[in-house]
Parts: sequence; structure tokens; C-alpha cells
Amino acid sequence: MLKDIQVLNEKETRGGFGEGIYAAGKANENVVVLTADLAGSLKLGPFIKDFPNRFVQCGIAEANMIGIAAGLTIGGKIPYTTTFANFSTGRVYDQIRQSVAYSGKNVKICASHAGLTLGEDGATHQILEDIGLMKMLPGMTVIVPCDFNQTKAATIAIADYNGPVYLRFGRPKWPNFTKEDGSDFVIGKAQQLSEGTDISIFACGHMVWKAIEAGRILEEKGLSVELINIHTIKPLDEAAIIASVKKTGCAVTCEEHNILGGLGESVSRVLSSNCPAPVELVGTKDTFGESGKPEELLKKYGLEAVDIVSAAEKAISRKK
Amino acid sequence: MTAKELKNRSVNYRKKILQYIVGANAGHTGGSLSCIDILNVLYNHVLNVSPANFSSPDRDRYIQSKGHTVEALYVVLSDKGFFPEQDLETLCRYQSNYIGHPTKKVNGVEQNTGALGHGLPMAVGNALAAKMDDRDFRVFTLLGDGELPEGSNWEAFLTGSHYKLDNLCAILDYNKLQISGTTAEVCNTEPIDAKLESFGWSVKHVDGHDIEALISTFDALPFEAGKPSFIIAHTVKGKGVSYMEHHVKWHHGVPNEQQYQQALEELDSVTI
Ligand SMILES: [Mg+2]
Repeated sequence: MLKDIQVLNEKETRGGFGEGIYAAGKANENVVVLTADLAGSLKLGPFIKDFPNRFVQCGIAEANMIGIAAGLTIGGKIPYTTTFANFSTGRVYDQIRQSVAYSGKNVKICASHAGLTLGEDGATHQILEDIGLMKMLPGMTVIVPCDFNQTKAATIAIADYNGPVYLRFGRPKWPNFTKEDGSDFVIGKAQQLSEGTDISIFACGHMVWKAIEAGRILEEKGLSVELINIHTIKPLDEAAIIASVKKTGCAVTCEEHNILGGLGESVSRVLSSNCPAPVELVGTKDTFGESGKPEELLKKYGLEAVDIVSAAEKAISRKK
Repeated sequence: MTAKELKNRSVNYRKKILQYIVGANAGHTGGSLSCIDILNVLYNHVLNVSPANFSSPDRDRYIQSKGHTVEALYVVLSDKGFFPEQDLETLCRYQSNYIGHPTKKVNGVEQNTGALGHGLPMAVGNALAAKMDDRDFRVFTLLGDGELPEGSNWEAFLTGSHYKLDNLCAILDYNKLQISGTTAEVCNTEPIDAKLESFGWSVKHVDGHDIEALISTFDALPFEAGKPSFIIAHTVKGKGVSYMEHHVKWHHGVPNEQQYQQALEELDSVTI
């Protein structure tokens, strides 16, 4: 039951990245970190202090940072690029497409401050299209961990995973509930958080916590909820999605991203081809963001637990 | 290889570039002819790169940022023994590895390139990797003059000097023409030398078709310790074929049979 999930603490997912990159760097001397003037925001302090020769400050020149990272892969290096999600993807799409993805370079594109929860800085910095941009690139792996511990685990895991990766995380403190040792995270394997028979909820990133809150409300209403954390958007754990919906008969997807091009469309594609069922998509609806506190913005754009509850009830009501 | 041998090779390379472009009925003729003497001197005099050492971490690296003149690169790589020349009969064809822009599917090609403004940042990354690993190899990249306005180049010029990459050399194939006109008309980048010097690079001009001058310029690398080097190679688009020289229509033009025969006659009549 979702009510049994214990919150360990509240921490920033980007802090999990900072701890993860330090651990990855300590374990593997091929790990190299680049940044475009955002070492503080990405929590790189300990890495830079202990591994100064494996840190490349590129200045605010993101296109160049991606190209340099592609060039640094020679000799087995594993470059991690770091900046905000908007500047990690939209600003440098051609560099990622040509120099990284098409060339099959082992570059890890690590993106903080994704989505609405970046907050006060507003629409210019709140990218809601990056999952779509990255999942469309052939050969690109896309990972959106849900909390501090999982971001740390993913950051460590991608060092040993050959090929380009997009790792997306965020800015605010957020409930941290996955295992501290990261043993419940495997790239490409969906994480089941509860078993149920009335509704499948598929969520990624910060929205996994919102889905837990929503699932608890649904459980109190007497519904049986199956909640699955799709932390790896690509390659997608299609078997887990199909197996769940064959049992429940309907689904809700939850993402801090435009419903056009995100997790919801990936899940819908799998279901429409394998076991058609009612699916309701929770996410932003083809819009830019604006300034505000994370909770204010999530409420305005329909990404709160109550929105997931309504979506679930609608999906259930659409079952034949 | 002596300068005379290199000059003979240049004539031969030009004929092969035309042969395979005519065979494919596609290609970037003018630019391949403008950069071929540079590639000749690089691969036959400067670069420590061969089929035998291509998997060695200590080989020199060459990244062709102006990927569209891939015919020049393929012709030189086949001459160096990276693959049988007859493979080029499939150039640009369906299911051929010899794609219209450089691809690592072809032995000897270091990086996939083609979208402009990508080669220099990757070359900076290669040069940084050499410094990190304390390796002595050098990194070369060839830029087209038309791609110089790409902002990523200027970002990379900054990092190249910031990290004192004197193991890095960028060469500009300065034929002063790009697809829609002269570089002066399209987006004037002059004075290039003063701009690059102010960005912290050490700059030299050279006649990009003068084999001896190219040799002595490359032999002088690095031009200054602690600085990346920039070579402005003054070239002629379509060099070696009278009716192509300085004409932008040969950027992407393919000669017909009569034009092809005339070009071969002109190239055969060159006295070295
Ligand atoms: Mg030109």
C-alpha cells in the first residue's frame, strides 16, 4: 500500500547528482565533468575539490561544452556535461544530435532545474519539452529519477552504461523515499511502488511523489492502485506497462513536462499497439511556464495530487 | 615524401576527386579542389596517422569540420591504404558506407561531421584529452570559410586559448566563396587574423596551394608555446580546373562528360 511508503527526508534531486558524481568520479578515473558556469547549482564542489584535473569549466558556451564533451570521449573518458535542462537540450540540440547521438559518443548530459519546479525564474528557464527532444534522438537513453537517492544511484549507474544518456532532475527540496543504497534502481527497469487492480499510474521525476499522494487518496476511497515509477523513459520498460494495464484496464501518466512528446505519449503508444485501454495524461498542456513557487505553479498547471485523482477516476469511468 | 612527389599526388588526387564525383553524379567539387593540397600535405607530411596506427591512442587526430568536401578526404584516405579505392565507386549510393559527409563507418575517418561549426569544439575536446592524459599527439581541424560565422566556433576559439592548447591547429580553407556568394557579401568575417589574435590564437597566412609553403608552415607548429595555432590558407574554389576556378556554381556542381574530359586534359598538362 502507498500509505506504507516512508519519507526519509526532503532533499534536492540535484544534490543527489552532486553526491553521485563524486562517487562516480572516485570509483572511475575516466569520469570527467564539464560545466557552463553552473558548478554551484549542480553541486559539483566536492568533485572539483578532489578531482580538479578532471573538471572542465567551459564558461557560458553550452554548444561548445557539448562538442568538447564529444571530443573528450577519446581514450575512454566518460564526460558528464552539467547545466540547467533548458540549456542542456533546447539550446544545443544540433550539437547533441550530430556530435553526440549520431556519432554514438559516450557523453552523459546531466540537466538540473527541469520543469515548472525551477520556480521564480520563469518560462525562459522552465523547459517542458526536453524529454521529447531527447527521446526522439536515435540511441539516446533518457532517465528521469524521482528523488535524491534515485538521482544519486542513476548518476553512478550511467558511468558503467555505454552510450549517450540524458539525465533529468530538478531544483527544489522534494520527498526522498527510495533506498539510500540505490539498490532499487536499474536502468530500463520500471520500479513498482504498489500493486493494484483498478488503475495503473505511471509517473516520472518529481511527479512520482505527487502520484504517491494521489494514490493514497484513491486507496482511502477504496480503490486498488498500481503505481509504477517509469524513471527510464527510453529504453521504455514496455513489458511492465503492458502487464500492469492488462490487469487494471486503464492508466494515468504523470510528468512535469508537456503532454505532447513526453512520458504519456510513450505509454500511450505502447498501449495502443499492445492492449488498448483508456489513458489520461497529467502534464502541462502545450504551454510555457511562468514565475511562482513550485507548489503554486504545479497547482495552476494541473500537476497536483488532486489532478491525478481526477484523471484516475476519469480513466476508471471510461473502462467498458 | 619530397615536394615534387606531393605535387604529383595533388594532380592525381584532383583527377580522382572528379572521377568519383562524376561517377556519383553528386558531391562538393569546388571545395574539394580548394582543400586537397592542404589534405595532401597533412596526410603525407604532417599527421602521424596510418592504417597501422589508427587504433593507437597516440595517433594524431584530424577532424574535417567542413564535412561536405568529403570527396577530398575519401580520396586521400584510400591513397593512404585505409580502404580499397574501388570502394569509392559506391560514393553517395544507396547502402554505401561512403556517405556524402564524413562518417566513422569509413576506416580512417575520425569523427562524423557535416553540420557546420561542430569540428572545432570536438577538436578542442580531443586536445584537452591529450593534455589531461599527458599524451603528445596533436589535433588538426579544417574549417570552411562559410562556417566561420557559426557561434560554436567562436566559443571554441575562446576555450582553445583559455586552456593554452598548443597541441591544436585549426586550418581555414579560405577560398572566399560559399554556397550563396562571396564570404564578404554573405557575412564578412574580416579581419580574420586580427580577430583570431585577439582571441589568443597564433595566426599565420599561407598560400593553400603552395606545397613548399604549406610544408614550412606546418613544420613551424606550434607557432607559439601555450597558444593554439590558426592557419589561414588562401585557396581557390575549383583550383586546377580553369572553368571552375572562382565560380560559386561549382560549390555543388558536377561536370558533364565534355567538361570532365577537359578537366582531365588540363590537369594532365600541368608541369611539375
Ligand atoms: Mg568557402
